[in-house]
Amino acid sequence: MNINLTLFAQMITFAVFVGFCMKYVWPPIVNALAERKAKIAEGLAAGERGHQEKALGEQRALEVMKEAKATAAEIVGQAQKRATDIVEEAKVDARTEGDRIVAAAQAEIEREANRAREELREKVATLAIAAAEKILKKEIDIDIHRSIVDDFAKQL
Amino acid sequence: MSSAETLTSQQYIQHHLTNLTLGFHPEHGLGFAHDSAEAAEMGFWAINVDTMFFSILLGSVFIWLFRKVAESATAGVPGGAQNFVEWIVDFVEENVRGSFSGKNPMVAPLALTIFVWVFLMNLMDLLPVDLIPHLFGQLMAVFGADPHHVYLKVVPTTDPNATFGMALMVFFMVLYYSVKMKGVGGFLGELTLQPFGKWGMPANLILEGISLLSKPVSLALRLFGNMYAGEMIFILIALLYGGGVVLDGTAGVLQFVWAVFHILIITLQAFIFMVLTIVYLDMAHQEHH
Repeated sequence: MNINLTLFAQMITFAVFVGFCMKYVWPPIVNALAERKAKIAEGLAAGERGHQEKALGEQRALEVMKEAKATAAEIVGQAQKRATDIVEEAKVDARTEGDRIVAAAQAEIEREANRAREELREKVATLAIAAAEKILKKEIDIDIHRSIVDDFAKQL
Repeated sequence: MSSAETLTSQQYIQHHLTNLTLGFHPEHGLGFAHDSAEAAEMGFWAINVDTMFFSILLGSVFIWLFRKVAESATAGVPGGAQNFVEWIVDFVEENVRGSFSGKNPMVAPLALTIFVWVFLMNLMDLLPVDLIPHLFGQLMAVFGADPHHVYLKVVPTTDPNATFGMALMVFFMVLYYSVKMKGVGGFLGELTLQPFGKWGMPANLILEGISLLSKPVSLALRLFGNMYAGEMIFILIALLYGGGVVLDGTAGVLQFVWAVFHILIITLQAFIFMVLTIVYLDMAHQEHH
């Protein structure tokens, strides 16, 4: 239990251990701890950010969906309107076409009637002349009386 | 108690309290001291080989373990050893941050070294008191030495050389940083100009001088005293062995109870030494205290 040289030897030993610890032991461990702390903080921040982004994305998706729905409704509305228009147009067209056909038929009838009337007129004239010829026989000169009969026939 | 026939209780205790001292004896020349009187006669220029051996061994264990972890320290998921080391480092760092207000990269590693090294040296106290000294005696007997004169103290902190060695280094650091931070004038002013102002200079010097000098003394003696007393109780308990079944049983129970209690003491003493070192250095760094 004497104080002797051991005292100095212990002081040197102590200094050496402290020096070694300070240079080679403490810094790497503390650095690793600090680095891990930074990493964890970063991870937490990233998680928080992801959370926010997810909420934002959900909101955006909702908006897009709402917009799409509105567009679809609009398109359907337009299509319905267009369909009504087409039907309406077709109705008008059909009516016009019908009128046209009726008009054409009436014109045809008129023309046929005219032609028949013309034919009848011709035939009446011929018949009248033939009859007159038979009745009058010789007293009638065809070339002279022809114009008279034609005039008459025209008045029919 | 080993060799009960040949040793009295007093001799047994004396044997356990004597260091393995290597030195130059005025009559016997260079060699190991054969008893404590011879060790005393060797004077200052002798060395306690057992204290040196065990303190360096335990310090190397500390440095080896922590260096191994430091080399492979990652910021990723830590393994078992790294976890353990980080736990201690974190604990020390927290204490330094709590008690030390200045900026000095040396304080935390110093505190770590003190805490772990002192703890390991104290831990040797939990080994059965006769185990290593007895084995060492038998080993030396092979080389022709008388085992009764082969001394070995396995707990370096029961040697005042070890505790005063650390405390003096801390004291020198306190002086160095006091002068470095406050200048020679500031340091001397702190010693002489308070608490009574400049007219009470002698009284101030006596008060502050005692307060300054008591730091290393109390630091060293507290650790030494606790460990020495703890070791002494283990030795006294060990004296009960060999006295019949009842005494052996009592000794066994007592030894166990004291060992359990001692776990608290060795940790506490290592912690106190570390905290006081931090506090003393903090005071050395502060402009006013």
